[in-house]
Amino acid sequence: MQKQTVRGFLLLLIGVIQMRAGADEQVRFDRDVLPILSARCFACHGPDAEQRQADLRLDQEQDIHREHTEGIPVVAGNPDSSVLLRRVGATDPDLLMPPPESGPSLTAAEQHTLRLWIEQGAEWGLHWSFRPQVRPDVASGGAAAIDELVGRQLAARSLQLSGPADPYRKVRRLYLDLIGLPPTPEQADAFAADPSPERWEQLVETLLQQPQFGEHWARMWMDLARYADTKGYEKDRGRTMWPWRDWLIGQLNADRPLDELTQELLAGDLLPNATMDQRLATAFHRNTMSNDEGGTDNEEFRTLAVKDRVDLTLQVWMGLTAGCAKCHSHKYDPLSQQEYYGLYAIFNQTADADRPDDAPLLDVQGADEQEQEEQLQKSVTALRRQLRQLQRQPDPAESERWQVPIPVHSEAGGDAVCTVDASGVISVSGPSPAENDYTIRLPLAAGVLSGIRIQALVPDEAGNPGVGRNPEDPNFVLSELELSIAGSDKSFQPLRIARATADFSQQGWPVTAAFDGDLKSGWAISPRQSEMHTAVFVLSDPVQIAGNSTLQLVMRQRYGRSLTMRQFRISVTAAAATEIEGDVISPAVQNVQSELADAELKLKQFRTGLPRVPVMEELPAEKRRETRLHHRGNFLDPGDSVQAGFPQAFAAIAAADMGSPGRLDLANWLMSDLNPLTSRVWVNRIWSRVMGQGIVATEEDFGALGALPSNPELLELLAVEYRENGWSLRGLLKSICLSNVYQQDSAVTAALLQADPENVLYARASRYRLSAEAVRDQLLAVSGLLSSRQGGPPVMPPQPPGLWRSTYNSENWVNAEGADRYRRSLYTYLKRTTPFPALTTFDSGSGEYCLIRRIRTNTPLQALVLLNDQTALEAAGALALRMMQQPTQQRLEWGMRQALIRPIAAAEAEPLQRLARELRAEYGADPESATALLSSARVEPAEATDIPELAAMIVVAGTILNQDEFLTRN
Amino acid sequence: MTSTPFYSRRSLLQELGGGAGALGMLSALQADAGPRVGLHFPGRAKRVIHLFMNGGPFQGDFFDPKPALRKYAGQRPESADLRTERRTGGLLPSPFRYRQHGESGLPVSELLPLTARCIDDICVLRSTWTDNPNHGPALLLMNNGTILPTRPSMGSWLSYGLGSENENLPGYVVLCPGKPVRFSILWTSAFLPGSHQGTYINHSDLRPERLVPFLKNPNADRSRQGRQVGLIRQLNEEHLRQTGPDTRLEGRLQAMETAFRMQFTATDAFDLAQESRSTRDAYGEGHFANGCLLARRLSERGVRFIQVYYGNGQPWDTHNDHHNASRNLAKAIDQPIAALLSDLKQRGLLDETLILWGGEFGRTPTSENGSGRDHNHYGFTTWMAGGGVRGGMSYGETDDFGFQALHNRVHIHDLHATILHTLGIDHEQLTYRYAGRDFRLTDVAGRVIQEILQS
Repeated sequence: MQKQTVRGFLLLLIGVIQMRAGADEQVRFDRDVLPILSARCFACHGPDAEQRQADLRLDQEQDIHREHTEGIPVVAGNPDSSVLLRRVGATDPDLLMPPPESGPSLTAAEQHTLRLWIEQGAEWGLHWSFRPQVRPDVASGGAAAIDELVGRQLAARSLQLSGPADPYRKVRRLYLDLIGLPPTPEQADAFAADPSPERWEQLVETLLQQPQFGEHWARMWMDLARYADTKGYEKDRGRTMWPWRDWLIGQLNADRPLDELTQELLAGDLLPNATMDQRLATAFHRNTMSNDEGGTDNEEFRTLAVKDRVDLTLQVWMGLTAGCAKCHSHKYDPLSQQEYYGLYAIFNQTADADRPDDAPLLDVQGADEQEQEEQLQKSVTALRRQLRQLQRQPDPAESERWQVPIPVHSEAGGDAVCTVDASGVISVSGPSPAENDYTIRLPLAAGVLSGIRIQALVPDEAGNPGVGRNPEDPNFVLSELELSIAGSDKSFQPLRIARATADFSQQGWPVTAAFDGDLKSGWAISPRQSEMHTAVFVLSDPVQIAGNSTLQLVMRQRYGRSLTMRQFRISVTAAAATEIEGDVISPAVQNVQSELADAELKLKQFRTGLPRVPVMEELPAEKRRETRLHHRGNFLDPGDSVQAGFPQAFAAIAAADMGSPGRLDLANWLMSDLNPLTSRVWVNRIWSRVMGQGIVATEEDFGALGALPSNPELLELLAVEYRENGWSLRGLLKSICLSNVYQQDSAVTAALLQADPENVLYARASRYRLSAEAVRDQLLAVSGLLSSRQGGPPVMPPQPPGLWRSTYNSENWVNAEGADRYRRSLYTYLKRTTPFPALTTFDSGSGEYCLIRRIRTNTPLQALVLLNDQTALEAAGALALRMMQQPTQQRLEWGMRQALIRPIAAAEAEPLQRLARELRAEYGADPESATALLSSARVEPAEATDIPELAAMIVVAGTILNQDEFLTRN
Repeated sequence: MTSTPFYSRRSLLQELGGGAGALGMLSALQADAGPRVGLHFPGRAKRVIHLFMNGGPFQGDFFDPKPALRKYAGQRPESADLRTERRTGGLLPSPFRYRQHGESGLPVSELLPLTARCIDDICVLRSTWTDNPNHGPALLLMNNGTILPTRPSMGSWLSYGLGSENENLPGYVVLCPGKPVRFSILWTSAFLPGSHQGTYINHSDLRPERLVPFLKNPNADRSRQGRQVGLIRQLNEEHLRQTGPDTRLEGRLQAMETAFRMQFTATDAFDLAQESRSTRDAYGEGHFANGCLLARRLSERGVRFIQVYYGNGQPWDTHNDHHNASRNLAKAIDQPIAALLSDLKQRGLLDETLILWGGEFGRTPTSENGSGRDHNHYGFTTWMAGGGVRGGMSYGETDDFGFQALHNRVHIHDLHATILHTLGIDHEQLTYRYAGRDFRLTDVAGRVIQEILQS
């Protein structure tokens, strides 16, 4: 008994020490209690029903007050009757919770927190990030409110903001943060001459409007979107995604509000009258990897892609890690496996299916290209029409050789109707039996008959029905042509056909088969059903015709499926066989045909030249997939059918009845004013990008296991304002950059470091190494090499040779020449299995998975890049060349200034001076190595340049570009 | 020992003129003065090679025979009714036969016939256990002693505590043919000075220019570049002096110099082509064999901590078709491990190099999905060899089915404490003051397993 008391006292003591932040402070459920319960108890007493023990849930208020077999877990106001406390503090290992084998016991302080909480009434609440956003109590808004809220926290710890940063440091910081590039010294001077708040605001505005703004912020989005220029997995073939990247840059530069962007990214194709841009937006979720390896199951990789879309969407917009719910209900956050597949069902209805061609694809074209294509299409249509009309007219050039007698009799089988027009064209209409024999009788004048010609015509109707009567397949098969002739005695004598020619015969269906006595064979013309076709039949012996004779043709078409002629014309000739055999096609028709072929080829080439980008497309109603839960995440082990829907925990968002929601509903759900997370997650992300770290340190996890916000009111303010100001990225950045918190100095004192080593309170500006892209872009910018060209296909700047070895295709890395060698880094070709090493060494991603934030590392390999990379060398060369154009005395200071932007004191350049002198002498004595260095650095000096001096300057420039101050955002 | 976060050891040494320690922190600072063995007492080991079977192997397949599994196959006795990450079914016996090996007669399964020949150098820890059955937290715990991503990794602690044996190479090298789960956070130095961070090398392509892509500079004249690097240091120190203390900046300062020196030594260190045909043949083929051989070359050159991750992602995570997967994985590690142990021994390096083998956790003796095994943090096998650890012994026991560690349990904290001990470090004394409190690798726990140490 006594022992108990002592222990209780000790507990209390520890508790008191623990609570020193504020002795009267009320225990708060979400801040103090929930983290304990979720980390220590939820695995077995949480949302996951499969793992739940003792039928007890500690994640639900009603369950903790319910009578269980051993009593009531939590009795408000009465810690000693609360079973929860008894179990976590048990000395008997059989009673102790959590069970000793499944994890360490609760610390005394944790137990004390639970005790206090119960004593104070066991007030329940939602996890902080799931609660509705409430504007904090602050008089001002925007930048002033940021200052006030940061100031409050600092004041509570007897700290204050550092003073404003030096104008040069500030202006460089702002450029790097907003556009990812440094200012020129001149731009910095312009600001430093008048560093007033008004000028600062102007500068912020100006930078937010720069075209480079979109490029810089697109890179963040590309990390989130797992953007890459290849498909991933083993084969990792190329894929055209860059038009989406260019679209993204355009949207950011237009400051498209996040709610609209979200709709278009997730469901642009489903918007009414979706534009090309809106459909292109959906390529966002086609950045998933796809597997072209032979023998893999496309469905496996399709389902993986769909899951990736669910995971990424929840993580990017709501900061929730959903991945584990693929296999089992989430253990810590309220997302059951069933609910996971409810979200999966929303994404499960798109047409893409891990096919090698990446279908469905969108031909992406701008207004110019659209007009160009229309022109090409028009000329094709016009030529086709011209050809058809030309073919329908008898060719006047042939009128001496071929006559067109007007039939005296025409008849078709079944109830088909034959009509004859004044020009002798015979049309068959009405019922269309599967097989049909046409019988045609023509009056012949006295003379010679040496051959006949049949021209199958295409009616001059809109939509080009083709030469045959079957609308599904307007082919015809002339099985047998039987000719006979009758004189005045009316008895028909058969005529024998010797040879025949045709303008075109289907493979295996030659025109000679139309008189081989076999009804199973014949003349047919697929696949050219939409054109006129002509056959000339030469008689074995020319026949002398007496007056009033009649020629009879029986055209047997016995193939079936109504493959019979629709319209035709018959001509007769007396000319010699050698003259007529070529008359299957007239020179005029031939001309137009070749023009048409050209035009069609041009159109085709134009279309294949257009970038074709994988996009989302909803399946038609009859092809929609049934979604089933995947047992243990295995797509081959389907469980119950699941309806599309949103997680219950966020039921408040979906107040409106959404029925079976689709992607557009999902977008609206994410961006709903009632969604507690989206705005918090996004402002935290943006804050982190400019301030060095998030208010919530775990940018990727706002769930129960994530970190708590270091300044909850600040996060709340930013979140509410971002939403209320129409989700404007520019607006948000402007508020942050105008604050004194942003503009303060970054110098660290020992006291500041002691009080706040990680700078979570923001009593100084953060200082960190620039991102991979900014490191490289800055090198190019200050050396004057950077190309300002925006957009277009990805480029291949130099990388160490031999990295790319593609086993499966001929894609090679060919180091770019000209401007493409010096483009901004976001345009660098990103192959997922072999990403650009100079960037990955500085922590850029491979594009295989969504990268929520980059972990900054610091290794000798980074130093090797800066010492030895070809781009770094060329940058040093270019900077050296420009330094040489300065007066000798000012060269080094000038070079330093280009890199560091701020004014350089003469003394600072002193050490460089010494190195330069030494090197100049050495290179003077060794001109060969000077020339070799120039050539490696691609420096082409003007005549009369002091070569040893230039070589020395290259090494000095390399030194300047390697300084920490240059690589650091200060 | 105490330390402060705002003075690097080097700059402090310089400020103190390398003189006697007024602040009582010189025991650690001396590490920079030259290579040393042992920080608090002489240690047997100078360095560690960690063979990391990421994904988690099943203990019952290799060094911990459990005949009872066969008897109760398909059943789920009460003692095997433990919760793991996912739901599992009845007991699934390991089909692999065991035989006794070596003078010690320790049982090793048929999956590792070559490693079995080295069993007299191996100390099998059958009773290892960890806190969490999920990959991320378990990987973190194995690497940094907590489930949090914001703590320094074991390699960083070693590098910090012992300094570098070879200033031409990074003190902590991570080899992986791909990326393990959680990637670079596993080898972060967190709040320790940045120079102690692991240097990650993807060794899936062995060409030296691919392993360390920017190593070669055709124009690099050693003297010129040396002076250039010296000047960069001078400029950086000036910058640091103006802006205030920053461990990350200081880390970069050091990285630059290591990088400079690496150019002249790393090609050699990383070039397996310099190995004889017979050595290459002894290790065999494959990423893991190459990783083991690279580890030997790096350990010869004094790299303090070398981690060889088995593969990209979590290859040992056999939730399905466990037996076949385990057989193939074992085949890939058996010859290289045997070769590494013999090679080090032959070169007289085994005694001063501690080898650690294991995953972030083990697997369940019960079946998942019919043919798979789930994660198991209750009990699993790791082993050590060399570095003053007794060979040919096993320590600790799991229950009849190999599910839970029962006797002489070895928590990850104990494992860490023991590893530090072999290196001459008292795990309770290797601390770093940060954000107002002292941190250590073993938090407030950890017991050195004296029983397995050579006297």
